[in-house]
Amino acid sequence: MSRTEATQTLRTRLDIPRWSWGVVVAVLVVVWRWAEVSELAASGPGRTIALQALLTGLLIGGVYGLVAMGLSLIFGVLEIINFAHGAFLTLAMYVTWLIATTTGIDPYLTLLITPVIMFVVGAAVQRVVISPAMGQPLENQLLLTFALAILIENALLLVFAANPRSVRIPWASAAIGPLDFPLRLGGAIIELPRILAFLGGLVIAGGLFAFLNRTRTGTAIRAVGLNPTGAALVGVPVGRIQVMTFGIGTAVAAAAGVLVLPFLTLEPTTGAQFNILSFVIVVLGGLGNVGGALVGGLLIGLTQELGGLLFPGQSKLLPVFIIFIATLFLKPEGLFGGGAE
Amino acid sequence: MRARLAEAQSQLLVLAAMAAILATVPLWLHGSGRTVAIRVLISAGVGVGWNVMGGFAGQFSFGHAAYFGIGAYTGAYLLVSHGISPWIGMVVGAVLAAGFGALTGWLSFRYRLRGAYFALATFAFAEMLRLVVQAQGWLNATQGLQVPVRPESSWWMMQFSTTSPNYYFIGLALVVVLVAITILLVTSRRGMFIVAVREDEEGAAAAGVDGTANKVAAVALSGAMTAVMGTFFVQVFFFIDPELAFGPAESVAILLPAVIGGTGTIWGPVVGALILIPLGEWTAGIVRDPPAFLDAVAGRSGLDLVLFAILLILILLFLPKGVYGSLAHRWRR
Repeated sequence: MSRTEATQTLRTRLDIPRWSWGVVVAVLVVVWRWAEVSELAASGPGRTIALQALLTGLLIGGVYGLVAMGLSLIFGVLEIINFAHGAFLTLAMYVTWLIATTTGIDPYLTLLITPVIMFVVGAAVQRVVISPAMGQPLENQLLLTFALAILIENALLLVFAANPRSVRIPWASAAIGPLDFPLRLGGAIIELPRILAFLGGLVIAGGLFAFLNRTRTGTAIRAVGLNPTGAALVGVPVGRIQVMTFGIGTAVAAAAGVLVLPFLTLEPTTGAQFNILSFVIVVLGGLGNVGGALVGGLLIGLTQELGGLLFPGQSKLLPVFIIFIATLFLKPEGLFGGGAE
Repeated sequence: MRARLAEAQSQLLVLAAMAAILATVPLWLHGSGRTVAIRVLISAGVGVGWNVMGGFAGQFSFGHAAYFGIGAYTGAYLLVSHGISPWIGMVVGAVLAAGFGALTGWLSFRYRLRGAYFALATFAFAEMLRLVVQAQGWLNATQGLQVPVRPESSWWMMQFSTTSPNYYFIGLALVVVLVAITILLVTSRRGMFIVAVREDEEGAAAAGVDGTANKVAAVALSGAMTAVMGTFFVQVFFFIDPELAFGPAESVAILLPAVIGGTGTIWGPVVGALILIPLGEWTAGIVRDPPAFLDAVAGRSGLDLVLFAILLILILLFLPKGVYGSLAHRWRR
C-alpha cells in the first residue's frame, strides 16, 4: 500500500505519463534490432513488408480484441480461467461452415444465427458443468474447462475428421464503389474479409460495451462481477446472471469465429491459437475491463506481426509472452486498471 | 515432534511395503503391459513432484512442463552431444530446474502474483522455454533430440534391451525416492512451515515464518523432483522434442495425477497415476477394437480423448477433492 502511494506521489511530482514507458521500451527494441529495422526501412520491398505486417497486425488485432472481450467478461464476472474459449470459437466456425454449405447462404448472414446457438451452448455448459464447481479450488475449474476444450476439439475431430476446410466469399475480390478489392495500399495487399472482420469486431465490441454500461442486465452483470454477495443482497439473481454471462462470452467468441472463417483454414484446433492470445490480452487490458481488452487486442496483433519482423527465426509468440510476463509483474491490474475489480 | 516422527516412520513403512509388492510386477507383467506400468511410474513421479508446489505449498502451477522439459533436455543434450551419462544429466537437470524454479518463483512472489495470475505466469514461463528451445539449432530446434542406441546394455548409460525389466526398476526406485522425500518433507519443520504459509501467510509471518522463502523452497524442490522424471522419460522413450517436453499438454499431464488423486496428500498423485494411465489405455483400446454399437466411428480418431474428457469432467464434478483425497476425507470422519 505504502509503495503504491509513494509511486503516486512520485508520479505527480515528475509528471511522467504511464504510456511513456511503452515508448521507452519500443525505442530500446528498435535500437537493439537496428539491423532489421534499417534493412526494412532502406529498401522499397522492405517498406512494403513492414506496411503489410502493420496492417495485418492491426486488422487481426481487432478480432483478437473481440475474442478477448468475451473471455474478459467470463474471467471478470465468474473468475474462471476458461480454457475452452478457443474451442467454443472453433465449434462456432464449424456451425457456420455447416449452415453456409448446406443452405448456401452467405457466411456473414450466420452472424444472426451462430452466436445465438452458441449463447445457448455456453449457457448450458455454465449451468451443467461450471456452476457446480464455482466454489471449488482454482485447479478444478481450470481443469474442467480444459477437459471441455479436449472434449469439443476431439468431438469435432470425430465428426468432421482432420481435413482442413474453408469458406471463401465469392464477392471478396470485386470492385465496390470506388474501391477495388483486394485493396492495394503502397504495395501491401488487404483482403476484404480481413477489413470486414476488423470492422465487425469493432461494431460488436461497441455493442457489448453499450449493453454492459447502458442496460439493466448489463449493470447486473457488472454488479455480480464486483461483488456477488452484495448483488444477491439487492435482489440480483446471481446464478441466472452467471449463466447469462457465460452465454454472452461464448456468443462473442462465436461472432469472432464467423468473422474470421472467410480467411482462416478450419480445423478442429483452429481456435486454440486464439485461446492463449486472449489470456494475454485479458491481463494486458485489465481483468474484466472489456474496453481494455479491445485495445490490448490491437497491441497484441501488432506485437505479433512486427515482432515476427524484428526477430526473424523466432516464434511470433515469443514477444507476446515477454509482454505478458512484464505486464503480470509490473502492472498486474492491466494497462488501464481493472474494470470489474 | 515424536508424533511427527511416528507418522513419518509409519508412512515410510507403507512405502517400503508397497515398493516390495510393486517390485514383483515385472515377474508377471510383460510386453505392452510393462510399458503401461512404466508410464504409470513416470506419471506418478511427476505428479508427486508437482504436488509439493501445487498441493503442499498451495501454489498452483500450470507450467510444470518447464521443469520436466529442463530435466529431459539437459539429460538428452549432455548424452547426445557429449556422451555424458544420464545419471549425471539427471542431477544437472534437477539443479537447473531448481534454479529456474527459484528464479521464476521468487520473481512471481516478489510481484505478489496469486491464484489465476500465478497460474498464467507459470504457463507463460513454460511456453517461453518451448519457443526458445524451438529456435535453438544446437538443440536440433523443432526436430528434437534422439538418444543414440548402444550395442550393449549399460547401467551407467541407463540403456537396456527393450524387454529388460531394468527400466521399470529404475522408474520404481525414482518414484520411491520422490515419495520418501515428500514424506520426510511433510513431517519436517520446513514442511510444517510450507503448509502454514499456504493456510495463512499473514499468520505465519506474524509467527516469524518467512512466506516467500518457504514458497520459493517448495517451488525449487518441486521443480527438481519433476526434472528427474523428465530425464528418465527420455531414456525410456529415446526421444524428446520441444512440444513433448515443454508443451501445455505436458503441463496438464503433470498436474492431472495429483488433482485426480488428491492434491496435498502424500499418496494422491500415486493413486491418480494408477487411475489415469490405465484409463487412457482403456479408452484408447476401445478405439482400436470398438464394441458393436460404436462401429459407426471405428477407425476415426478423437473418440478416445472424447471419452477421456467426459470421465475427467465426471471425476472433477463428483470427487472434487480427488479420488484418494475424497476417500481419505470420508475415512477420517
